Amino acid sequence: MSTQPLQVLLEQAFPDATELSVEDRTGGGDHFQVTVASPRFAGLALIDQHRLVNEALAGPLRDGTIHELRIKTKGTQ
Amino acid sequence: MTELRQRIQDVIENEPVAVFMKGTPQFVMCGNSDRALRALREAGAPVAGIDVLADPAIRQELSEISGWPTIPQVFVKGELIGGADITQELAASGELTRVLKEKLGPDYRAAAGERTVSLLTPA
Repeated sequence: MSTQPLQVLLEQAFPDATELSVEDRTGGGDHFQVTVASPRFAGLALIDQHRLVNEALAGPLRDGTIHELRIKTKGTQ
Repeated sequence: MTELRQRIQDVIENEPVAVFMKGTPQFVMCGNSDRALRALREAGAPVAGIDVLADPAIRQELSEISGWPTIPQVFVKGELIGGADITQELAASGELTRVLKEKLGPDYRAAAGERTVSLLTPA
C-alpha cells in the first residue's frame, strides 16, 4: 500500500500531532517508518507511546499489509 | 488456556531476558530481531531467544498475551519493554542498562550470553 492510508489513520488518531510522517523504507509498500510528535506522548513511557501508534495502525498490522513497522515517537508540550 | 500459551507465559515469567524473534541468536532471520539482539548484547544481557518462526501459532498466542503486534518482543523479568526500536532507543540513552540493573540486579552482566529456548513439546 502507499503511505497515504497510514498517514490518514495516524492523523485521525493524533489530530494534535506537531509532526507526522510515514516513509516507505524500501519502496515495496510494506516496510514503513512512521514518526509522530504529539503532546499525547508527554509523560508516557516509550512502550506506551508505541502502543498508541500500534493501536492507530492495528488494521493494516493485523491484515499483514504492514510487514515491518519502525516507530519514532516524540512527546511535545 | 492452550498448552502453547502456557509454555510461552512460563518462558516470559521465568527467563530474565526473553526475546521472541525471527530465527535464533545464532542464526537471526530478520533485521529487526538483529537490532534488538545487538542492543541487548552490547548491554551485556543474558538473552534467551525464542524463534517464532518455529510455529506460526507462537506469534499469534504471543501477541494475544502481550498486546504487541510485531516481532521482536523483548521481555525483562516478565515485563514487555518493547520491540527493536524501543530496545535500541533505550540502549542509546543508557536506560536499557538501568532497567537491566534494576530488574536483574547490579551484577546481571555476570550471566551475559545467549541461548535458544524451544517451545516445542519435548518428544
